[in-house]
Parts: sequence; C-alpha cells; structure tokens
Amino acid sequence: MPRLLVLLPVLLFLAAAAAFAVALLSDRRPDAIPSVLLERPAPALSLPALVGSGVPGIEPATLRGQVTLVNLWASWCLPCQAEHPLLMQLASRDELRVIGIDWKDKPGDATAFLARLGNPFAAIGVDESGRAGIEWGISGVPESFLVDRAGIVRFRWVGALDPVMLEETLLPLIEQLNEAGS
Amino acid sequence: MRALLALLLVLLSALPSVAVQPDEMLDDPALEQRARALSQIVRCVVCQNESIDSSQASIARDLRRLIRERLLAGDSDQEVLDYLAARYGSFILLEPPFDPSTWLLWGAPVLVLLLGAALLVATLRRRRAGEAAPLSAEEERRLDELLRGGPQ
Repeated sequence: MPRLLVLLPVLLFLAAAAAFAVALLSDRRPDAIPSVLLERPAPALSLPALVGSGVPGIEPATLRGQVTLVNLWASWCLPCQAEHPLLMQLASRDELRVIGIDWKDKPGDATAFLARLGNPFAAIGVDESGRAGIEWGISGVPESFLVDRAGIVRFRWVGALDPVMLEETLLPLIEQLNEAGS
Repeated sequence: MRALLALLLVLLSALPSVAVQPDEMLDDPALEQRARALSQIVRCVVCQNESIDSSQASIARDLRRLIRERLLAGDSDQEVLDYLAARYGSFILLEPPFDPSTWLLWGAPVLVLLLGAALLVATLRRRRAGEAAPLSAEEERRLDELLRGGPQ
C-alpha cells in the first residue's frame, strides 16, 4: 500500500491533465451564459416598427406560424455588421423568416445601416430602452434565437453568426424544425 | 494636516467602487436601500464576476433601473430576484441557489472536511499501530555490539 501511495501524485496529475484536456479540446464556451428561454415560449412583446424601414414592428403573433430567426442587433455594433451578409443570405431562403430587434439604437442610425447594407428583416421591433433585450435575456448584441412555428425558442447563439455554425448547426436545425412542423 | 488629507484620500480610494448614478436613485431612502442591497447580489451579465452595483456596463445600468421599477411596483425582494432569474437563469444571482444542480457545489467544503477528517483518523491509527515494540534480548545484544563497533 505505501508503495502505491508514491504513485498518487502521478495519478492525481494524470486525472487533472485529463480534465483540462477535455475542457480545452471540447467546444464548450465557458463564457456562454445558458439561456433559460430554450424550449420555452418566446417573450410576448409588442415593439414599434423602425420608421423608414418599410417593414412592420413586432407583435406576439409575429413569432408564430413560421420558423423564425430573431436577431438582436444595433447599428453601432461591429460584429452585427460582420454577420449582416449571412442574415441577408438567410433572409433569401423560403423556409425561414428573419426578424430583427434594434437594440439600444438611434432610429436614424439604424435605417442608415440598413440602407447601406440591405434589410434582411421581415419585421423590425425597436427597443431603444433595452428592455426587450432583458426579456430575451441577452448580455449584448448580436444574439440570435431560433423560434419554431409554435413560438417556442429552440436555439440561441451569442455573438455574430459565422459560416461554419450556419452550415453545421443552424441550417440543419431549421430543416429539422420545418419537417417537424409540416 | 496634508498628511492627514493624503491618508484620507488613500482610505477613500480603497472603498468599493459604486456605479449607481444619482439620477437612477429612488426618492424613498428605504426603497433605494433595498435596491442597492439587491444590486449587490445580482451579477452583471457582461462582466460576469461583478455585481451590477459596481458595474459601469450599460446593461447593468438597465438592470439597476429595472430593479427600482419592480420595487416601485410593489415587488418583494424575492419577487425581483425571481423576475431576473426567469430571464437570465440563476446565473444572474452572484450566490447560486441551493437546489439539486448545486448540491455538490455547496456540499464540496463539507465533503473536503470529511475527507480530511478521514485521512487524519487513518493516519493517526496507522501511526499508533506502527509504534515500535520493545526490543527483544537478542536485539539488545546486537545493538550493544553495533554501538561498540564490534564485529557484525
């Protein structure tokens, strides 16, 4: 027994190394706050339209009937600009509707942003106070939520969308939700 | 006098920083007191290890305002915390609640204490068991020989 005890530090080291390796090599993002909204109804909010955008605002019913990507963004947010082409690409798909919540923004800045980069949103709700962002439990912009036809939140993405997550995660999930609902 | 002032300055700079702005504060001192106490146990979701009471982040400011609105609307402290936790999960509370998912977390100090006590008892027992028995006559004779430097 005392002989084996000599090996104890080595074993402890190996166990710790294994734990660190798993944590480092997995895709887990320790800074990602888990969303309590998952598998729960999306917040039922009425948000005014963005004047000059040409699309309606958001009502609780807006989130029903179709698989919807809710994107919280702001014109002052650089990662939002980075993900914008991907939103444009998603908006051109039939199986999905993209709507936006303009978070803590100036209406004039927001319309200028959309005029310059294009408007992917079928509806835009203005959230100048940031209160709608709190209802969605966000910590900043951009954040995106996928809502199914029944208005249940199925997926949350913190930060800018990227092509890899789009191909590997978002598009398969959209397809799956569309099949489940048809 | 200058030294005293300097000392005062140093002492004041050591106070915890506070981010709450005068325009956010409530007129009712009792409610404001409760709002401050709540702010100190609510996590800023951007800075993550800071309370919203000491965070300058704009979302922390929004949450401070929200807490004051809820208090004005007549919420109890627990109702305010529940309101926040319904949106951000118990992550928003700097002190995690005691529920099945956190039993291990809260129980860890007790577990470590028990483990230490068990180790201590085991070690003491082994030491007692290992206490040297008195030497036999033969052993005494050999020891004498060795000490005298005689032949083995």
